[in-house]
Amino acid sequence: MIKLDPKVPDGPLAEKWNKYKSSQDLVNPANKRKLDIIIVGTGLAGASAAASLGEMGFKVKVFGIHESPRRAHSIAAQGGINAAKNYPNDGDSIYRLFYDTVKGGDYRSREANVYRLAEVSNNIIDQCVAQGVPFAREYGGMLANRSFGGALVSRTFYARGQTGQQLLLGAYSAFMKEINRGNVTFYPKREMLDLVMIDGKARGIITRELNTGKIERHSAHAVVIATGGYGNVFFLSTNAMNSNGSAVWQCYKRGAAFANPCFTQIHPTCIPVHGEYQSKLTLMSESLRNDGRIWVPKKKEDAQRIQKGELKPTEIPEEDRDYYLERRYPAFGNLVPRDVASRAAKERCDAGYGVGNTGLAVYLDFADAIKRLGKSVIEARYGNLFQMYEKIVDDNPYETPMMIYPAVHYTMGGTWVDYELQTTIPGLFATGEANFSDHGANRLGASALMQGLSDGYFVLPYTLQNYLADQINVPRFSTDLPEFDTVEKDVKSRIDKIMNVKGDKTVDTFHRRLGHVMWDYVGMGRNEEGIRKALSEIKEIKEDFWKNVRIPGHPEDVNLELEKALRVADYLELGELMALDALDRKESCGGHFREEYQTPEGEALRNDKDYTFVSVWEYKGDGEAPALHKEPLNFEFIEVKQRSYK
Amino acid sequence: MNFTLKIWRQENPNAKGGFETYQLSDISADASFLEMLDILNEQLVMEGKVPVAFDHDCREGICGTCSLYINGRPHGPDSGITVCQMHMRNFKDGSTITIEPWRARAFPVIKDLMVDRQAFEKIIMAGGYISVNTGNAIDANSIPIPKQAAETAMDAAACIGCGACVAACKNASAMLFVSAKVSQFAVLPQGKIEAKRRVKNMVSRMDELGFGNCTNTYACEAECPKNISVSHIARMNREFFISKVTSPKKEV
Ligand SMILES: Cc1cc2nc3c(=O)[nH]c(=O)nc-3n(C[C@H](O)[C@H](O)[C@H](O)COP(=O)(O)OP(=O)(O)OC[C@H]3O[C@@H](n4cnc5c(N)ncnc54)[C@H](O)[C@@H]3O)c2cc1C
Ligand code: FES
Repeated sequence: MIKLDPKVPDGPLAEKWNKYKSSQDLVNPANKRKLDIIIVGTGLAGASAAASLGEMGFKVKVFGIHESPRRAHSIAAQGGINAAKNYPNDGDSIYRLFYDTVKGGDYRSREANVYRLAEVSNNIIDQCVAQGVPFAREYGGMLANRSFGGALVSRTFYARGQTGQQLLLGAYSAFMKEINRGNVTFYPKREMLDLVMIDGKARGIITRELNTGKIERHSAHAVVIATGGYGNVFFLSTNAMNSNGSAVWQCYKRGAAFANPCFTQIHPTCIPVHGEYQSKLTLMSESLRNDGRIWVPKKKEDAQRIQKGELKPTEIPEEDRDYYLERRYPAFGNLVPRDVASRAAKERCDAGYGVGNTGLAVYLDFADAIKRLGKSVIEARYGNLFQMYEKIVDDNPYETPMMIYPAVHYTMGGTWVDYELQTTIPGLFATGEANFSDHGANRLGASALMQGLSDGYFVLPYTLQNYLADQINVPRFSTDLPEFDTVEKDVKSRIDKIMNVKGDKTVDTFHRRLGHVMWDYVGMGRNEEGIRKALSEIKEIKEDFWKNVRIPGHPEDVNLELEKALRVADYLELGELMALDALDRKESCGGHFREEYQTPEGEALRNDKDYTFVSVWEYKGDGEAPALHKEPLNFEFIEVKQRSYK
Repeated sequence: MNFTLKIWRQENPNAKGGFETYQLSDISADASFLEMLDILNEQLVMEGKVPVAFDHDCREGICGTCSLYINGRPHGPDSGITVCQMHMRNFKDGSTITIEPWRARAFPVIKDLMVDRQAFEKIIMAGGYISVNTGNAIDANSIPIPKQAAETAMDAAACIGCGACVAACKNASAMLFVSAKVSQFAVLPQGKIEAKRRVKNMVSRMDELGFGNCTNTYACEAECPKNISVSHIARMNREFFISKVTSPKKEV
């Protein structure tokens, strides 16, 4: 039976983190050298932690799927990173960033964690600039800002449309510096397949070397999971192809409870799906909503003619356009949070006003902005995004409005962690998108990068040290221990089992089927009947998978089909947990929209009386129903209100 | 659309390798190049064959993982983009497409179209950073940086480390890659402090790793999916020269 102790320090909100830092246990430099830390993942969360812990003198072993840490999925983040610097002098503050994040998350996150995030946000920007991250600047040489959804201030720092790339390259360079100094070792092309525990504590991992298929054992005093989100359960998402949920899932099966699995973010501005062969979806950054206006035709006939290709958007006069976000949410307009914008797009398309040949798209129009600012300004701001769009859609967004539609983008749910980012397994920590911590039921734009770097640079170095402080007399672990034998055997038998199905369907066939079910029933709109249907269909797909999947080649070789199959096997189980969680949460909040629970105007209807808690799921064994635990959320510092962006 | 594909197949780093020919039909012009390869691989799996191994991840031109040499050009016929951003509408229906891995001594083939580019990591390790530890930073706006310098740094920092420059170069030189990093830091005040050491260490590591010399043919710039300019090479040469003539003999 797991114990849920969030370990939030007491005292006033603004003093909690300082209080923690000044009373935590420390490890002296001579002892740091004797302590090993495993970090899985080299995205912002993993790379920043590796650099910081290496600098402190710990021995750090880092694992990643790619040959280079710089290829982690964080590299793809486009729009920006938030911080409460208040450089534009528009009234921002740590409290306001904290408040916006809690409200944006629809009051389903832990206050103390979010406050800490806002508190260290400013240090992140300082750190990145010191590393040489080339953020956008004003002519006076000061840092520039833009706005993102869910905020009335400009607090987003950016490096063209490649913010994630630049932040990751910053963290990566600090990490490479530590490899050069000898404290950090990088193990490239290693996929973690399981977690090893000794006496109830996380002490190692089992990996597969992807170039040779070799199964390896690695030990440490503590393990950090920074493996990113699980949005690829849906097959089509904006995540990179190798993003996966397997590390998190294997930890879950070893006892690390999983929080809020159904909280998925569907991003409103992505390039619409165009064919069944499609392998992924491309995001058009939220920053575009600073200057782009979203609309659909006011008249259904116009929409139908557009769908048939008989009418162009530029031929529709101003008075026949419905700028539905500006109409419904005058205060925030095109900058409402993502969940709200996505649902509004779906609502218009479901009502028959969608555009594009499928009717599943809306316009994001820059004509006004180009008229107001000139093409060159728009090009300087969004040039690479416009190019990306043009290459994919074969249409020039400077001349015709972009077509966009919501797509799966981010998972707020993840491994449950306490204030110290420790999971329910002692010695196992989870950071970045892999944990559930800060975004509640909906993440605000530009806050994931902030969270990943906050966890890695500024939180974990303290909290992990606090954990290790009483382990200084624990010698390094041998990987010959029986605990490693057992887990390695489990991994090998899992691989054998999957290789030996020798069926007649490709891995992608199953993944695509699962994706359709998840999108239709556990996607943007959910209801009890649909979710139940999803549960039974996932079960069928799972059975079919284990009877009919085909993986050619050998496991002791580069085997991309095997890599995919192991991940899809986990998605099939994880998808089921997401559906169960969605079924259990009988309210609408953030990205979780239960159609049964909405206001007369179609807005999400929370049920604070019964659902102000984190759903924490505990694995109970193969084929057993997982157990649901609840971490109550106490709002001491914020008044919980109906979220309004009108 | 229909295509004949001539693809390099090589079982492992030590195997000899050679071209195999495949036919593909009914490919949508809107499919991306990698989606076309996905379709081929699905077909191969269904025929009980081993699919073609190729590297990819983000599929939107930013992670630098994809690395195909198509009809004699890194990242294929279109310029300013990676192969994952290319769509089949860029090819003539019925044409033959030849697909090979990057070829360079420093990038050995792992399998089929996958190569090992860890030599790049080793160059960065030698000095591709500013030595600042977490927690030591001063307020970000206390270092004003002229907009132009920030833009130049960003132009250089846009490099995705894919290695197309090396694959395009007849000498398999890594000068464009290295100079982009050197340049990014050389134009920023934060980076100037270590500039001399950085350029020296990175260049000598590059030489050790078996990359060739730059003979100014500029194929790298022409094939770079991020349009990184060879002017960075000129800046690096300058930096390198200064570091040679002004550095003390012994590192302190
Ligand atoms: C297209 C796109 C644009 C975005 N734009 C923004 C933005 O503008 N602002 C913002 O704040 N957020 C943005 N996000 C979200 C943000 O990028 C991510 O949430 C964040 O980068 C996640 O970082 P991470 O370090 O937690 O994980 P990741 O960057 O996903 O890294 C995961 C790491 O784990 C490794 N890994 C995974 N599984 C295993 C395993 N089993 N074994 C070994 N290694 C493993 C991977 O190799 C990788 O190194 C965007 C996301 C997308 C998809
Ligand atoms: S797959 Fe990432 S750049 Fe091509």
